[in-house]
This record gives sequence, C-alpha cells and structure tokens, in this order.
Amino acid sequence: MPAPIELVCPAGSLPALKTAVDHGADCVYLGFKDATNARNFTGLNFDPPQMREGVAYAHARGRKVLLALNTYPQADNWPSWTQAIDRAAEFGVDALILADPGLMDYATRTHPQLRLHLSVQGSATSYEAINWYAERFDIRRAVLPRVLSLPQVAHVVANTAVEIEVFGFGGLCVMVEGRCALSAYATGESPNCNGACSPGKHVRWEETPKGMETRLNGILIDRFADGERAGYPTLCKGRFEVNDETYYALEEPTSLNTLELLPELARIGIRAIKIEGRQRSPAYVAQVTQVWRAALDKLAAGGADAFSVLPGWMAELNKVSEGQSHTLGAYYRPWK
Amino acid sequence: MMETRPMKLALGPLLYYWPRQSVLDFYADIAETSVDSVYLGETVCSRRHELRLDDWLEVGEMLAAADKEVVISTQGLIESESDLKVLRRIVRQSADGAPGFRVEANDMGAVRLLGEAGATDWVAGPTLNIFNPATLQLMIDAGATRWAVAPEMSGEALAAVRAALAAPVETEVFAYGRLPLAHSARCFTARHFNLQKDTCEFRCLAIMDGITLRTREGEPFLTLNGVQTQSARVHNLLGDLPAVRQNAEVLRISPQGSDTRRVVELFRAALDDAQTPAAALAASRELMVEAPCNGFWHGRAGAEQYVAA
Repeated sequence: MPAPIELVCPAGSLPALKTAVDHGADCVYLGFKDATNARNFTGLNFDPPQMREGVAYAHARGRKVLLALNTYPQADNWPSWTQAIDRAAEFGVDALILADPGLMDYATRTHPQLRLHLSVQGSATSYEAINWYAERFDIRRAVLPRVLSLPQVAHVVANTAVEIEVFGFGGLCVMVEGRCALSAYATGESPNCNGACSPGKHVRWEETPKGMETRLNGILIDRFADGERAGYPTLCKGRFEVNDETYYALEEPTSLNTLELLPELARIGIRAIKIEGRQRSPAYVAQVTQVWRAALDKLAAGGADAFSVLPGWMAELNKVSEGQSHTLGAYYRPWK
Repeated sequence: MMETRPMKLALGPLLYYWPRQSVLDFYADIAETSVDSVYLGETVCSRRHELRLDDWLEVGEMLAAADKEVVISTQGLIESESDLKVLRRIVRQSADGAPGFRVEANDMGAVRLLGEAGATDWVAGPTLNIFNPATLQLMIDAGATRWAVAPEMSGEALAAVRAALAAPVETEVFAYGRLPLAHSARCFTARHFNLQKDTCEFRCLAIMDGITLRTREGEPFLTLNGVQTQSARVHNLLGDLPAVRQNAEVLRISPQGSDTRRVVELFRAALDDAQTPAAALAASRELMVEAPCNGFWHGRAGAEQYVAA
C-alpha cells in the first residue's frame, strides 16, 4: 500500500490558511510579506504575528505548514532571506521550500533540524538534478516544474529517494519555473529575484475605441472586443501577432487540472499534490481544497482502479479556473 | 581613463536550428575571427539533429586547431533519459584525465555529473540561477572556474557578488544578441504552424534568427525559437563597455543569422580602443536584426535602451 498523497494548499492570507485547513488540506504553504517568496503581491502573505497564529491553527488540527522562501537573494539583500529562515525555524514550520543552493547551505548549517523541500523555482527536471540537492543539502521533497509528461514524471520518481510533489491545479506556468525572465524583460521585476510575474503596479487597463486594452509597463498584452472577458495581462497569456496571425502565441488563459490523472499519479508514487493560487481568495481555496480532498479520500478508500472523477467536481473546479477552462498541460504530450 | 585589462571574447552556443552546411560554414568563418572561446552544442531542443554530439566535437577539434578555447554547453532543459545520455557523454569527454573540452553546465544535473566525474574546470552556465556569493561559492567549490552570469542580472548586482568572493572567479557577461529569456516544454514554433512538438516537421530549421512576435500594435516584443523564447530586441552592451569591463573578463556574443563575424570584430575594435564605445554601438546598428536594448545591465526592464543622463 503506497503512502497516501498529501494535499498541499495555498495560503495567501490567514483567512485562506484557516479555510484550507478547515476544508481538508494536509499541508498549507505560505510566505512572508516581502520579496523572499514567489508570490510577492500587495495585500498578500503573512507578517510574523499572523504566521505564528497560522502555524498554531494548523498544528492544533494536525496539519503541516510549509514556508516558501523560493526566490533568489542577491548580495545586497541576502540577510533578509537568512533572517526569514531563522524566523521560520523559530515559528516551528514543518518545512522550508527553497530554490537557492546558497540558502539551502545556510539552512542546513544553521538549522540542521529543519526539513527542506526543493521549490519548483529550482528548475530541477531530472533525477540527476534532484539527487544533487539531496546529496548536498538532504532535501526530502522536490516540486517538479510543469514541463514533464507523465511517463517522464514516473521515471524521475523511480530514480530518486526524494519525495516528489507535482502541481495538480491552478494557474499554469507555460515556461520552466525558475527559467523565465519574460517579466524581467518587460518590467524589470521577475519571479526569480522579486517574487513577482507581470506585477500589478505595471498593469494598465484602458478603454479605447478599439476595445479594452491591457498593458504591462506600456507593452500591449491584449485587446478585448465588447463582450469578451478581459483577463489579467500575464504576459505569456496575451494575444500577439506572429507572421500576421493574431493568437495566443504562447498559452491561452487556462488552468491546469490533473484530477483525472490522480490514479496514475498515485500508481507512480507521487507523494504530494500542490494547488496553485496564493494570490487567490479564501473562496477559491475553499472550493478547490474541498474537491481535491473528496477526490483524494475516494482514491484512498477505493484504490486507483476504482477511482473516477465525479462530474460535479470538474464543474466546481472550472468555475474557479482562469479563463473558465482547464488543461492537462505538459503531463499530456500533445500539449507540448 | 579606461582600464586596459585584456578581455576575452566568447561566442555563445548557437541557439537557432540552422542547416548542417550553414553551421559548418559558420564555424569555419568563426575560426578566422579574434574570438577567444567558442561554446558548442545543442542547448535548446533535443529534437534538433543536424549536428549530433560527435559532429559538435569535430567542429571543436577544428576550432581548437585554430587556437580557440572550446566549451561544450549542456542542454538547458533536461526532460528524458535520452537527454541524460547525451549529458553523460558530454561530461565523460571532460572527466578528470580525459582529453576533452571544457563543459558549460546549464542545469544541476550537469553539475552533479561533473562532480562525479571529477571535472574541476567547468563553466557555471547562465541558467544555473547564481545570484549571490554563497551560491557562486558552492559552484566554485564544486569545480566551476568561470561564471557565465544570468542575463537578467544587473552590472551593480554582479559587481556586489564579485566583491564578496574570497577569491575572484572569471566572469562572463552576455554582451550581444537576442536575449534567451525563457524555456518551455512546449514548442512555440510548432504551435505557430499548428503542429505538435513530437511531429514538428522541424519547422524551425533555417529560420536563421527565430520568428518575431509582435504586440497587436505591431511592436516587436519577443522571438519564438522552438521551446525557447527570446527578446525581439538585441541586447547590446557595446555602448556600456567601460563599465562592463570593470566587472567581467569575458564577453559573450550570441550567434545570429548573418554578420556575426562583423559583430565580433566591432567588439574587438572597441576593446582595443580602436573605436569609442559610442562609435562601435552606432556602427553595430546596421548589423542588428532589431533595435538594441541594455536595460538588464542597468537594473531596469530588459527591453529598455538606457542611456545614462
């Protein structure tokens, strides 16, 4: 009997954390209110008192708290990241999610008891890469970038002792996480160094005679006709012209949804499923956590062979999907 | 007064998919230039096969005979066991005691394999996400002897990293070319032609500088190069050389469809003070496929062309 799959849910705020715990998350992941994590958005994340309260709330109910410190510090701001690690240790979080090897080195020397997870921002897509982090820093879990097909994920799992966590649902990065400087190119701020992609302060919405236009630092990302729902200008999900054809040249506004792959993910030995969306509301967290909890419970009770996706689950999840549509992403080869 | 420390010029790996004969002709031409180091190998897409690893090694022999330092670059995104097989072969030819070429490691899997092989003279590639002294020191301790800086890092940030190191490490800055900005599992060239990656018909072949993606206002924004997304603009640090040479020992020029040789010679002339940086930048304009940018170096949006007031 393989170990049950853990459900790892986003907590962008204290209310979201409580919601996730109340609706059946095994783990919540969160970040401090600064550039030390990859969802550094205004109004999101935890100050120290909130984090203390959040950890207490989760631990009182037997759930785990994972702290994301998954951006890359630079020479001048290095102490902010090491202090964040020190604080995390003091608050008693269950694991740190790190991307930067220098920080892993600091954590293993300073707080050897702290469990380390390799962030998706570490861009480790092979067992050779994952095993390097394991040998050097004793990481216990790695979160895979959303680039591998299902057989490739299985091959990674089969060749490492490190637990593998995959993304199950939510906003879809079409690029390899940790290897994308598109936002830096357009705005000067990147997920790697600033914890933000297509940051809100560079966004402009403009009603024009040609339609609603969305811009990022002045660059036109999309234009919407009357009646079209204008989405946030995440720059890889805009419409552009290539050889005189206008289309979603990189990716449509869509969400990843791997619910139907759950039996296969269990069979190949995936240890945890991550739900994306620390920037989303507690209502989103409630909806998504509830459905995935039900699905994982059904899987645990009946086994992989008896598992089937209930139509109601998909309907609930599509309601909160970006663009109200979903994809299997790279897990399904033709997506590539 | 500009410091006259000798600077090396490096030619980065060919990021596009050119026909075999074009590639061979290109490197025969490069052998005659004043470039010091040449990075070889397929770093973008494992489906590209006009040149296999053995072919690249042969090109390497030719360049080595012309007194160029040859570095074999590893693939940026490793997805399959066959990708790992190529990676292991690249590492093996550079293992401790082997007579092969230096290796540029572009993911931590390569770093692990180089360590296992006892290689102690490799290049830490621009996709390793080295942004601080602690991480760079770990790579140096593991055998890295050159740091190819991520293009998104500013001159100021990289100077701060260098200043904090116990001992200096040779530093290489991306100085010219369309910026490699992102890597995906998805092929955007195949997508443009309504094809799937597995049956892509190798449509990126002979698109010498990638496909320009424009905003709906017709403004060039990005470049589609298979699974890689580049800037549309040409990152060009010719005008910034006085500051750049204070903070780097090697300048990387990225191959382009035509006139790469003339770009190399312009950089050489500017480094030799035969031309002022401003004049060299002006002279380079007719060689660029798109307008220049230098924002990353100045800690700004990469697409900006920044001129200090």
